[in-house]
This record gives sequence, structure tokens and C-alpha cells, in this order.
Amino acid sequence: MENKIIIAGFGGQGVQSLGMFIAYASIHDGKEVTFLPSYGPEMRGGTSNCSVVVSDKPVASPIISAPDILIAMNKPSLTKFESRVKPGGYIIVNSSLIETKVKRTDVKVYYVDANDLALKAGNAKTANIVVLGAYTKISGVFTPEVMKAVIEKKFAKKPKVIPANFAAFDLGYDLE
Amino acid sequence: MKQLMKGNEAIAEAAVRGGCRAFFGYPITPQNEIPEYLSWRLYEVGGCFVQAESEVAAINMVYGAAGAGARAMTSSSSPGISLKQEGISYICCSRLPCVIVNMVRGGPGLGGIQPAQSDYFQATKGGGHGDYHMIVYGPNSVQECVDIMYDAFDVSEKYRVPVMILGDGMLGQIMEPVELPEFKDLSKLPRKAWATYGDNKGKDRQIINSLLIEPDVLERHNHLLFDTYKEIADNETMCEEYLCSDAEIVLTAYGTVARIAKSAVDILRSRGIKVGLLRPITLYPFPEKAFIKVAEQDCVKEFVCIELSMGQMIEDVKISTQMKKPVKFYGRVGGNVMTPEDIVKFVTEEDK
Repeated sequence: MENKIIIAGFGGQGVQSLGMFIAYASIHDGKEVTFLPSYGPEMRGGTSNCSVVVSDKPVASPIISAPDILIAMNKPSLTKFESRVKPGGYIIVNSSLIETKVKRTDVKVYYVDANDLALKAGNAKTANIVVLGAYTKISGVFTPEVMKAVIEKKFAKKPKVIPANFAAFDLGYDLE
Repeated sequence: MKQLMKGNEAIAEAAVRGGCRAFFGYPITPQNEIPEYLSWRLYEVGGCFVQAESEVAAINMVYGAAGAGARAMTSSSSPGISLKQEGISYICCSRLPCVIVNMVRGGPGLGGIQPAQSDYFQATKGGGHGDYHMIVYGPNSVQECVDIMYDAFDVSEKYRVPVMILGDGMLGQIMEPVELPEFKDLSKLPRKAWATYGDNKGKDRQIINSLLIEPDVLERHNHLLFDTYKEIADNETMCEEYLCSDAEIVLTAYGTVARIAKSAVDILRSRGIKVGLLRPITLYPFPEKAFIKVAEQDCVKEFVCIELSMGQMIEDVKISTQMKKPVKFYGRVGGNVMTPEDIVKFVTEEDK
């Protein structure tokens, strides 16, 4: 098993922490992982992306030529990375912010209304966790229990936000 | 259980566990997490952290602390390391152990802040003025950063030669699972006969100095340094060989680039192309024996040297293979990083 993921969006959308949740889940599960953030002169509102490689074996290249899964949180990210997704791979599109449809026909596309679902979950900041739920379902690399254990651990100091994050995760996970 | 750590932070923690008790530095991207981490961590273990007024001050503080017997280090990135070169030359002449981390960014000049390997010459050939070298490591993962940093003070003190850890922005920022070693017991370390501990009252004065004005004295000193470098080459050289025994094309790269090259080797092998990888772990001393051994294999037709520079390590590759096989070059610069597919494309298209 090797799962190569590129996650991209605006700074402030939780792109880096979404990648980090996948990395922490890998450790939790005894898997190998690399998490490589883009670290240019970024700021809130600028573009932000990260590359995550999850594997059963030690990861060689942390740089991804063709991702198995692209998570595009905003339009510029979809435009930038769409062509690089492996044929037969997946694109998760944040349809709250991206109105256009994916042009490619050789990949599977999931449109997730992440921002609206986050509001439904009770916390607008959980859009990235909605997408984490969708990723967990689509990739099949982690069980939802593992992801929830990681969410619980990461928010241990802010237990008040855990229910909304769980709700957001479930809304993403339960999408068709 | 392994924990997820960023390269810079893992280096900082490994330094503390390996005995670092003094850090002097000045901020610069992409290595700021090292001083940030040590600024609170060293106080927990009774150490000393100083954010100096400049890189020049920082390296001279390392000079002083190392002279007084402390396990002292500094870290910076390319332009900052350039500023430290005078001090490094003095430290090397004075035969003081210390550790210097360079998380390289693109240059020349202030350059960029993205990953590069364009300080290879500076790190391995001296960097400052005079005839000298440091022991230079090019780790390729967060775990290897930890392992090398953990033992770096031991190696440096054994030979009284500074250690430089040469990473890049990618290695500093990447997060990976790591296993951290136990703390070293500093009370078991031998007393340094040459150090100016300040407790020598009534005995001979200890003198640490890099001014050797008598030509014969300086010449003897130069020979002494180079005898030490020879000993280091015999004992400390490290290299990783991957699928070289039947390889027709041997890729060679160090640090994070070697991992991208390793993925390229796997892709090429899956297409039936016999490719291997030779990865120097010590950049000085350069693993000459491993390179000439592979170069002399009949199956090997050529080397491809892959770097994030315009071609620096390639010179050592050509020297150590004694040009027995052609050495091609593929590089990206400016902070751009190649993908495994880029390397595959270079190797397959160059061969047509």
C-alpha cells in the first residue's frame, strides 16, 4: 500500500493541519509517512499546499510526481494540480468554493460541500475535517475509529471543539 | 512508539540528547525551528541559549564555549553560514570540536528560501580561508538527522574537528516518524586535556590560539590537521549502495535528493532498466572507495549525478571514479525540486 496525497488551498483553510491529521493517523496505525509542507513566504489568504505519502514500507521520495488523491480546497489549487493526478486516481473538490467541474474523465471526482457541511456540524472552522472524513472513506487507508482517536488526541486541550469535529468528520465520511 | 517530528525540531532534540548544552545563533529561514526549539529546551536541561546580535558574534561565541570544553553548536542557512566562515576557519585551526548545521537555501546572494544543495563546495572544501576541512554529513531523513546529530559531538571531540550537518529546506521542514535515543550520560565523558575550563590554577596555562606566526610551526600544524583528516577518512566514511551490483546506470545523489532518486530507481527497475543508487552519507570525507569499486564493475556504463545545484558534487564523483565511466549531470536550482518522474525522464531520454 502506498497512498500519495496532495492537499492544497488558501492559507487559513486548515490545509496543513489536514495533512498533519493524516500523518498522525499513520503513526497511530504503525505506518510509514512523510509530511512535506510548502513553506514559501506564505500568509493567511495566500496559497498553501502539502504532500503526504503514507506507506507500509519506508517512504523514498517525499516529492510526489502524480498523486493518488488530490484534495482541492479552492479553485487555484484545482487548476494547478488537476493535470497531475494519476489516471484512475481521485480528486476531492471543495464545491463550496469551486463552482467549476473537473474536466478530466480518467479520474474519480467527489464534490464535497465542505464549508456548508462544517456549518451544519456547528463550527465553520471544521471544513477541513469534513474533507478528512471524505478522504478516510474514499482512500480506505484508515478506519474512521483511528481518525477519530487522532482528532480526540489533537484537540485534547480544547475538548469543547471535539463534538463539532466528530460531527464534521461523520458528515464527510457518510457522503455518497 | 515513534513520534512525528519536523526535521529541524528533531535535530534540536537529538542535539540535546547527544549532549549539546550551549547554542548560539541568529535567525534565518528555513532553519528557525532549531533555535526556536532550543531557546526553551536548553534551559530545561541547564544549558545556555543565546540569540546573538549577528552570525559573526554567534560563531565566535561557539568558539569560546567550545574552547571552554562545552558541547556547543550553531545553526544557520546559506547566507548566514557565509558570515560564519571566518570563525569556522579559526575554530578549525584551533582544533575545537563543535557542530554547525546548515539548512541550505538557494543562492548566491540572499537567494531564496527554498531547498538547494548549492553550498556543497563551501561545506566540503573548507569554506573559509586556509587549508582545512570539517566532517560533513548529508542526512536524507529525519531519523538519519537524529542519528547523526546524536553522535556528532562524540565524533567531533574524538578528532577535534568540527562537524557540519548539511541539510536543505526540505529536510528542515519535512515531518516523519522518528525514534529518539536516550540522553547521553555527560558525567561519563573524559576531561578534555586541552580545554580552558578555568580551574587550572597553579598548573600550566592552557592556550587556544589560531595565530602560528613561525612558518615551521604553522607547516607542522597544517600537516597535523591533514593527518587527522586521513584518519577520519579511514574510520568515518559512510555511503549507502542501493541495487548497484548489476546496475548499468548508477545514479548518485545525497540528502533528500537521494530519496527522490531512489524512487526513480524503483520506477526504472519496474520498467526493466538496470539502475542503482550510490548515496554518500559523509560528503567530507567523500566515500572514494565505494565510488571506485562501483565504477570498476563491468556492468556499469555510466553515472548520473543528481543535485539541487549547477553541479558541485559531480567534481568529487569524477575524481573518485577516476573518470573510468562517463558522469552525466541532472540538476534543478533556484529552490525548484525535481520529481522522481523528472529523473526517470532524464535517464531514459538521455539514453536514446
